Amino acid sequence: MALLNFMKPMNELEEGGRTSAPVQRDAGEPEKKCPNCHKEIPLSRLWANDLVCACGYHFRMKARQRIQMIADKDSFRELFSGMHSDNPLNFPGYREKIETVRAASGEKEAIVCGTAMIGNQRCCLFVMESYFMMGSMGSAVGEKITSLFEYAVQYRLPVVGFTVSGGARMQEGLLSLMQMAKTSAAVKRHSDAGLLYIAVLTDPTTGGVTASFAMEADIILAEPGATVGFAGARVIEQTTKKPLPEGFQTAEFVLEHGFVDSIVPRSAQKQYLADILQMHDGRAV
Amino acid sequence: MSDAAYKRVRIARNNDRPTGLDYIRHIFKGFIEFHGDRRYADDPAIVGGIARLEGSPVTVIAIEKGHTAKERTWRNFGAPNPEGYRKALRLMEQAEKFGRPVICFIDTSGAYCGIGAEERGQGQAIAENLMVMSTLCVPVISILIGEGGSGGALALAVADRVWMLQNAVYSVISPEGCASILWKDSAKAETAAASLKLTAEDARNLGVIEKILSEKEIGEKAFYERIRGLLKEELEVLARDAELVGKRYDRFRKIGAAAVMKESV
Ligand SMILES: [Zn+2]
Repeated sequence: MALLNFMKPMNELEEGGRTSAPVQRDAGEPEKKCPNCHKEIPLSRLWANDLVCACGYHFRMKARQRIQMIADKDSFRELFSGMHSDNPLNFPGYREKIETVRAASGEKEAIVCGTAMIGNQRCCLFVMESYFMMGSMGSAVGEKITSLFEYAVQYRLPVVGFTVSGGARMQEGLLSLMQMAKTSAAVKRHSDAGLLYIAVLTDPTTGGVTASFAMEADIILAEPGATVGFAGARVIEQTTKKPLPEGFQTAEFVLEHGFVDSIVPRSAQKQYLADILQMHDGRAV
Repeated sequence: MSDAAYKRVRIARNNDRPTGLDYIRHIFKGFIEFHGDRRYADDPAIVGGIARLEGSPVTVIAIEKGHTAKERTWRNFGAPNPEGYRKALRLMEQAEKFGRPVICFIDTSGAYCGIGAEERGQGQAIAENLMVMSTLCVPVISILIGEGGSGGALALAVADRVWMLQNAVYSVISPEGCASILWKDSAKAETAAASLKLTAEDARNLGVIEKILSEKEIGEKAFYERIRGLLKEELEVLARDAELVGKRYDRFRKIGAAAVMKESV
């Protein structure tokens, strides 16, 4: 196992696989170098700490591991798990790519949706999957999000969503672009029904997802250090031919500019979400 | 692979094509331009205001690239900043208040990729337009007249009817951007253009647009008269429709649904 390949921090963390349960390791276990403090951390310690380094650096996390972290024990019921994208435009190389990604990630698509209890509060939950084409939004992701918001309207449930995305999935062309409009319309219906939507932006949340349902929540939270933006930093540099300011497009940057409500570290997220959900359940305590 | 799609991209980008303001001036009468988003600034890349279509007041909004070199620079080559989208939204909400239909002309390589644009929430501005446009209770018609660059174009195209000029293109990413990301080679833009299915015919086949407008006599009186006639006719249909907002939802709701495989699990 490559230990120092932190340019691709995802690889070593895929060990949990589909169930994403923390795995016990042998003596002499592998370590992972933190890109922030540069210390070597034993993987088992990272797993035990929800993939957060002692210095506060948040590593990327698989969708199902995150669900395990955020949902009350055994409360998650998956919805729409059979939906996945075909290759609607016959885009060169897409079918091969998606088959490889499916085998490697154990997921059919770049998002997991369902219902869950968070701190005893029932809600709809979606978590995007960075290990699946960097959470890119194609027809299936758009269809699943839209279906989830429609389900939430039908059963009058709040929605909690964790975003991670490189943006719209270009291999599905215009169909991907249209998912921005489709999901936004579903969020609007949910909002107009008086229901609560909380988004948690995780690293990275960019492109067409930022420009649609990530930024449409009633309450928008972000993980520390997460990249949050619309255009890619490299594209901006090339377009403007200017150096980017320090900390550009980080969660802290978007907080400072007024586009998120709060930055919440992973260890505090469950309680934080439970508190907000409870404040909206219509009951006095 | 055929280079036909990329030829369309070149035509769509041609500086000699009529721009948004040309359409506004020739199709409508008595255009009065309104400026500013009331929050930060006025974005010259988006123009908007009110005008008359065959006598009836409408709200018109256009992304404007400009004609001369100086004007093109001033208008940021038709790449809007967040304040442009917020101005458009303000004018659309005003249209709703006064019961006027909204007509948008779209021509952009994309929302501007700049430091200030990010600081002022480019993503949030586009997202809000998508959300609010989905439930505007007045008819909305959007026409792509040149480049339809991704979210920056869609932000004015959550409409009851979306039409494209014959040589306009509509794409999730520029063919050059797609080629450089996927194949690390921007010279493969022709292959990317063909693969992205970005022509007007492709968009119609995918159910993304309703109508392709011929470019016969483009820029001439007859051309604008033809579009004026089509707009008037379509607005009459939409004005009678009591289910407008629901149908707009369904219009976008079904896009891509056929591309999704549903296994029973
Ligand atoms: Zn560290």
